[in-house]
Amino acid sequence: MSRISRRKIITTGLVATAGATGLAAAAKLAQHYGLIPPDGGGLYGPGETLTYAAQRILTRHSLAREFNPSQVSQPPFANEVAPLGDTFQRLRAGAFTNWRLTVDGMIARPASFSLVELKSFPRRSQITHLACEEGWSYIGEWIGVPLSHILDVVGALPQSRYVVYRSIQPDWWESIDMADALHPQTLVAHGMNGGELPVAFGGPLRLRVPRQLGYKSVKYITRLTITDSLKRFGRGLGSAAPEGGYAWYAGI
Amino acid sequence: MFGRSWRDLRFPKSGPKRPKARLPHRVHSACPIGTISQMADLVWGSTSASAVPATTVRPRHSVVVRATHWIITLCFLALLVSGVEILISHPRFYWGEAGNVRTPPLFKLPIPASRATVPTGYGYVLPDQNGWSRYLHFQSAWAAVLTGLVYVVCAFFQGHFRQNLLPARADLSWRGLSTVIAQHLQRRPARPEEAWSYNVLQRLTYLLVIFVLFPLIIWTGLAMSPAIASAFPAAVAVLGGQQSARTIHFFVTVLLVLFLLVHVAMVCLTGFRNRMRAMITGRPAPDMERV
Repeated sequence: MSRISRRKIITTGLVATAGATGLAAAAKLAQHYGLIPPDGGGLYGPGETLTYAAQRILTRHSLAREFNPSQVSQPPFANEVAPLGDTFQRLRAGAFTNWRLTVDGMIARPASFSLVELKSFPRRSQITHLACEEGWSYIGEWIGVPLSHILDVVGALPQSRYVVYRSIQPDWWESIDMADALHPQTLVAHGMNGGELPVAFGGPLRLRVPRQLGYKSVKYITRLTITDSLKRFGRGLGSAAPEGGYAWYAGI
Repeated sequence: MFGRSWRDLRFPKSGPKRPKARLPHRVHSACPIGTISQMADLVWGSTSASAVPATTVRPRHSVVVRATHWIITLCFLALLVSGVEILISHPRFYWGEAGNVRTPPLFKLPIPASRATVPTGYGYVLPDQNGWSRYLHFQSAWAAVLTGLVYVVCAFFQGHFRQNLLPARADLSWRGLSTVIAQHLQRRPARPEEAWSYNVLQRLTYLLVIFVLFPLIIWTGLAMSPAIASAFPAAVAVLGGQQSARTIHFFVTVLLVLFLLVHVAMVCLTGFRNRMRAMITGRPAPDMERV
């Protein structure tokens, strides 16, 4: 069609202007409500932002499905990890009595907890699904301290927005937003399937984020940092996952 | 029909005899100008009589159909490539909620994997491409779903489903269906008017793809998401679990790829250039455009 009418030009102009204004307003609103993930820039930024924003709106308070004891996978499958370092082996030789979880950042009372202290905190146990981004999954019982309780104990400041957590393994760190950090099912897990958390599954201490894929449930955690911005951590993309090419938000 | 004159040759009502040029004209003249068609013009540009002189041939495919067709084609190819990359990290399928290499699979694909933990029988591991594949898969899924929504809403208001895709009741009879099937099996050339409308098999296939396979692949895709599963547990339970959702997602992909192959094969068999022209410019062939 070669004919271009005036009405068509005006309509197109109006639609384009409305579209651009709408997009700008949506971006401003999304920024304001914390709906843009730290890896929301770049080629795949739009898709990531849409996923994260949509899931934050739809699933902010939803609870991960919990299963019956009869549904627990026997045996579960432990994904392989890089060879455990000397520090880990030394702590393991001492039955992890010297394992500590350090909490720092935007908190009123910086603290460092031993395993015994963590196990004395109120515990929660839940049977949830752990799905790997590769496609496999298993159902297991997880026992641990709700992360929200630890944030209460250390007095996380109101302006805090993310919790960064690190493994004793080098370059293995992740972060979650407050919706997941304060979620009742997000655990600092020290037990599994009725017993201690086996080393292959992240023992002695693992963060368990049941509403995200397995790679957000970092094994062998030693440090939590509460922050209002992820820009200062690593390359500023939020965690090690996007630095390795994977999405920061793994709710899908 | 009523004796051949130059008028009949220039304005063929029943289609010319030449095998190549078998497209009768559908001059868009007698369209009632109602509020819907005026709205349609405002939103989609001139597709109805109100803005087009009566001598202009109505496009074979509307602007919305053509634009969304190609955007979704690109998205589908991106989803397919990235989906295959994600799949080869674990080419095993399960039924139910959970499944891993320590549980018996429903079936496994006889291909190597991109993870050393998967026993495939091959002595090597393919390179891991899951990072960008997952980013691309979800971004393309968003683009496809949003484009699909534009298509469904526009097509609904344009009467595209009613006019072009809903089979006539008469065609749905066994006689109607068997006629078209026999025509295909005998590889008889298409009737002239078929260049301007879909036969009953095409209509049923497109309706199946648009209203069954696409919704199902979106649903099973979302059901695999742990966050979506937490918010809509029934959507997972109905499918039989998250591993079932993954397995169904795979089978729907197979059906969509099958559709793609047949679709492209039929485009080639019935005149690749004309069909491509129709889906790009809206006009099947220049000599058919105006006489």
